[in-house]
Amino acid sequence: MPKVTFIEPDGRAVTLTLKRGQTLMRAAMDAGLEGIEAQCGGNCACATCHCYVQPGWLDKLKPPSEDEQFMLTNVAAERRPNSRLSCQLVAEDALDGLTVQFPDRQS
Amino acid sequence: MDSHSRIVIVGAGQGGMQIAESLRQEGFAGEIVLLGDEPHPPYQRPPLSKKWLIEGGTVGALSLRGPAAIERLRITLRQDTRVRAIERTRSEVELADGTRLPYDRLAIATGSLPRTLPVPGASQPGVLALRGIADSLAIGEAVRRCAAEKRRVVVVGGGFIGLEVAAAARKLGAEVTVLEGLPRLMSRVTAPVVSESFARLHRAHGVQLMFGAQVAEIVSREGRVAAVRAADGQEYPAGCVVIGIGVDPDDLLARSAGLLCERGIIVDECARTSDATIVAAGDCTARRLADGELVRLESVQNAIEQGKSGAAALMGRERPFVNAPWFWSDQYDVKLQMVGLSRGYDQVVTRGDLAKPAYSAFYYRAGRLLAVDSLNRVSDHMQSKRLLDHGLYPTPEQAADPQFELASLLKGASAATAGGA
Repeated sequence: MPKVTFIEPDGRAVTLTLKRGQTLMRAAMDAGLEGIEAQCGGNCACATCHCYVQPGWLDKLKPPSEDEQFMLTNVAAERRPNSRLSCQLVAEDALDGLTVQFPDRQS
Repeated sequence: MDSHSRIVIVGAGQGGMQIAESLRQEGFAGEIVLLGDEPHPPYQRPPLSKKWLIEGGTVGALSLRGPAAIERLRITLRQDTRVRAIERTRSEVELADGTRLPYDRLAIATGSLPRTLPVPGASQPGVLALRGIADSLAIGEAVRRCAAEKRRVVVVGGGFIGLEVAAAARKLGAEVTVLEGLPRLMSRVTAPVVSESFARLHRAHGVQLMFGAQVAEIVSREGRVAAVRAADGQEYPAGCVVIGIGVDPDDLLARSAGLLCERGIIVDECARTSDATIVAAGDCTARRLADGELVRLESVQNAIEQGKSGAAALMGRERPFVNAPWFWSDQYDVKLQMVGLSRGYDQVVTRGDLAKPAYSAFYYRAGRLLAVDSLNRVSDHMQSKRLLDHGLYPTPEQAADPQFELASLLKGASAATAGGA
């Protein structure tokens, strides 16, 4: 079961154990993390589950779909090369140790 | 508000949960009591007519925040708890079992209720409407039974909910008829060009669409639903009937308590009601704009943003909800995303491929952009959302020009407003 660390906007790090197949968004919402809103509930329709993937991990992730890339072009916080939507990131064993950071705002 | 204060929230949906959560983020240290009338922790409603209806799944998959989060935020969640009355003079709510719960501040997030069809036969088993988890499960079961028995699902209402249920029912293998009273689909919120795209889409998936159909009776034979009879005498065979003719704000408690209501609890842009100790958020509200106009929104965004506003207001701070409203719908492989309110438009231009469909409709009034509906045009939607939030917009000619980059209008704007919203 992969462990993923989420860094809140205030810098606090929270490590969660995810179930395989669970999205990072789902895990963060269940844990009540503050840096995520996920207004559309994981439909890739709102871009309020934006996160920055720690350098070195980006190429281990499944690349973003065309829709996700479009959504990322207009996230509320700064768009960076390592920006992803956490509703599109699915936990698997290879992601054990992944760290993502939430931006200062989602909407 | 200090650590000895108690804030009671009536309604544990998207808005109620947001108020609770935002109160902690605003630094409230006292007691938060969240009262919900369903046997579930706070959950997301949009999937109930979409993916969850088709694929089924656990209640946990819908949850807004997990039990650990609710505990950590020290929210006292009381499920299955109905509120009978709000006693403003005593600052108490009275629960259905007669107990009284005093509050220092109150938040109301009671949501909306599906409109019922005032015709004979509408309250029999097999006639369903969608509000909560139990309704989605019942619709899923009825649709699957119709598919197995080769009976039709009749959906009354060609708006968002009706069309999403129709699409889900087709995916579940049932034959579907949609009865719409007006001459086109989603006519209250979209232009004819968008209605036409969705009519084509549903027909291509085998849905029978009937326009101008006024329902007169839901006919039962041998103790079960058999048909929907229209005012012109036409009968549409039905194994089950789903009513999706809109919702009304659930403002009964507020009205009975003497709060100012007008098809919804009237709030200002900071979610404050006519009582300085009470805020309200979400579908149950009607927001008074600066020019005096009342706006009713039924959306997740509205519940979240008003929830944030309401929590801030309870803590004595102003956090107005000013962003452009947005909505979305999934039907088959088309993602519809809408931003702004198109009411009162006098010009529509389209951008993209109408046949696919992969286009956006831009709504203008006197040359000023009001709203944008995007069908499988995620980038148009996201860019339009930012443009409207910044008070910027393309001219109709620019919007219709596929070579024109909407993003170019944002250059320079983002730096100036980076600290906003």
